[in-house]
Amino acid sequence: MVRSHVLVCGGTGCTSSDSPKIIDALEKELSKQGIADEVKVVRTGCFGLCALGPVMIVYPEGCFYSMVKVEDIPEIVSEHLLKGRIVTRLLYQETVDKDQIKSLNDTDFYKKQVRVALRNCGVINPESIEEYIAFDGYQALAKCLTEYTPEQVIQIVTDSGLRGRGGGGFPTGRKWALTAPNKAPQKYVVCNADEGDPGAFMDRSVLEGDPHCLIEAMTIAGYAIGATKGFVYVRAEYPIAVKRLQMAIDQAHEYGLLGKNLFDSGFDFDLEIRLGAGAFVCGEETALMTSIEGNRGEPRPRPPYPAVKGLFGMPTVENNVETFANIPQIILKGADWFASMGTEKSKGTKVFALGGKIKHTGLVEIPMGTTLREIVEEIGGGIPGGKKFKAAQTGGPSGGCIPADLIDTKIDYDNLTALGCMMGSGGLIVMDEDTCMVDIAKFFLEFTVDESCGKCTPCRVGTKRLYEKLEKITSGNGTMEDIDELEELCNYIKENSLCGLGQTAPNPVLSTLRFFRDEYIAHVKDKKCPAGVCKSLLQYFIIADKCKGCTACARVCPVGAISGSVKQPHVIDTSKCIKCGACMEKCKFGAIVKR
Amino acid sequence: MQKKISKIPFKGTAEQKQRLLKVIDAYHDDPSRLMTVMQEAQDIYGYLPFEVQQMIADGMNIPLEKVYGVATFYSQFSLSPKGVYNVSVCLGTACYVKGSGDIFNRISEKLGIGADECTEDGKFSLTACRCIGACGLAPVMTVNDDVYGRLNVDDVDGILAKYSD
Repeated sequence: MVRSHVLVCGGTGCTSSDSPKIIDALEKELSKQGIADEVKVVRTGCFGLCALGPVMIVYPEGCFYSMVKVEDIPEIVSEHLLKGRIVTRLLYQETVDKDQIKSLNDTDFYKKQVRVALRNCGVINPESIEEYIAFDGYQALAKCLTEYTPEQVIQIVTDSGLRGRGGGGFPTGRKWALTAPNKAPQKYVVCNADEGDPGAFMDRSVLEGDPHCLIEAMTIAGYAIGATKGFVYVRAEYPIAVKRLQMAIDQAHEYGLLGKNLFDSGFDFDLEIRLGAGAFVCGEETALMTSIEGNRGEPRPRPPYPAVKGLFGMPTVENNVETFANIPQIILKGADWFASMGTEKSKGTKVFALGGKIKHTGLVEIPMGTTLREIVEEIGGGIPGGKKFKAAQTGGPSGGCIPADLIDTKIDYDNLTALGCMMGSGGLIVMDEDTCMVDIAKFFLEFTVDESCGKCTPCRVGTKRLYEKLEKITSGNGTMEDIDELEELCNYIKENSLCGLGQTAPNPVLSTLRFFRDEYIAHVKDKKCPAGVCKSLLQYFIIADKCKGCTACARVCPVGAISGSVKQPHVIDTSKCIKCGACMEKCKFGAIVKR
Repeated sequence: MQKKISKIPFKGTAEQKQRLLKVIDAYHDDPSRLMTVMQEAQDIYGYLPFEVQQMIADGMNIPLEKVYGVATFYSQFSLSPKGVYNVSVCLGTACYVKGSGDIFNRISEKLGIGADECTEDGKFSLTACRCIGACGLAPVMTVNDDVYGRLNVDDVDGILAKYSD
């Protein structure tokens, strides 16, 4: 008889912070104390609160232990699991309210979240099809195959208002409806799991935490459009995800939930995994299909759209993982339920990967229309170190920044687009006052220069020129004309590039120019980097009042740029200084500043 | 991005060749499996020298120029060998704003090699990667399969020391 369940996160974040060792230690300790039959250890998908990893949760009490160490395991086992005394010291402190233990769902991080796509992540064992079935798994598929016609399925998805979660936000139902009527000997369903946007990892989380959900949704899509074959294109950088998905596909075959004549309906469907090999452009749908065909992943001009001529020249529906993850719930709970969440034109929830300068980094799923302030200050717990919020970046290399004075913006597709940002796949990187916006724009351009596939000139050459201009500005050699030319070139690249990568590549520059033009001007006119990031524009100074004349800085300076006698304020010769920062590290009195 | 092509002579063994031929045999009638074969080949040899690309081209009946085209397009394929320990620093956005650029530079300085290079003794190689998805632990680096997170520049020396026995 199992009286207690211990759920340990086995997502990539926690695995990287050694959760496999925790599971090992836990199992050993349980047998040592003779209660291995009474306590079940389950390795789940991601809980979302990656910053506190490795994390585990003990049921029935619902105690949330964070940053667990192997050394803590004997105590947790002997105190909590054997004697029933919770080890308060090791709990996530936000769940401890005086002597009371709060549910995790009442903490700031989880309170405002609504989990649809991530509903099973961190709850079930992703390697067990039985657990998925116990949580209503494959019921939506059964309902579709036995009660609905393909047209009805498409109608439900259309009515729900679900839009593509991978970037552009194209209505999913319409995409399916465009593909369904096209006659062809073979049609395909493709899942884009090539989550290339740096800083976003929600798709991986679904693949790792709830792989059956994807299989079910793709099968439903296959039924709706009349496709019998599906491909999941996964990044090779996600080994755990690939392993679990393959395991799930094998289990589904075993249970007759993939293969021939599903639910005796006469409908066949099969899935295959294809591994990507690290190319950002393969997130673009036509490039992804070219890659599955075994070629360089270059996009092709549209039309013809994939709905007509997609993978191997056949009609194809392509959606990303998070989009698919919403489908089974929409079928089970109905279009109205889904459409009741969110804003007028953006329905449902969206998963964001919170990262950067924020206390609670991790995955959050919130209704569309939640304000940026709620995400950053309440769910994210604010900026660490008492620093000020400067901007949030969404949409990765294709997106833009939302500055601090627009922090009350309601996050949905249209509001973001109006700000020159985009939803993208949902990476949300928080930046504080120590982040230089010109440098960030340069960072993203370096990325797109690297990742441009080279097929069309505006993107291949244009992004490079943009990068060079930014390099010129951050090194202190820019002119005001450069800023104007930058803007002109951005617009040219946007209008003339072949695919989404090029068309959105200038966004980080345009958006920072729009909201932080004064920073560009400071770099150009005053030759200063206000955030203190761009090395060539920095100078180190000693504040005479604070300097005690201890000589520590002068001794550590590798080029002898610091002079001054003992117990007298020292001075840095800026013409000799190589800006290595060694003096600043050494100074105990905080007398050295860069500006 | 321009790929570095190794000038080190190819030292494949008969056993490796056997393994590769087996992989080719399994997929040779499906040209869309080219990348799968190349991925397995890279697992076998550690990288994709011309000799291996030629074997794949012959076995799959695909022109060598296409194999080379695919090899140079995707960042995962390497045309030069990796060190015994491949150090990879994440330069994704979340890691970058938390200072992974400095960490990369320190390692590069310490090992005396740049991105995609290998130390002369073949011990270490260095790569910059784009997000391994462990953004909650940013900044992150990996040495082969070991992941190190929540780093600062001073941690670098200690981590490298673990592997330089």
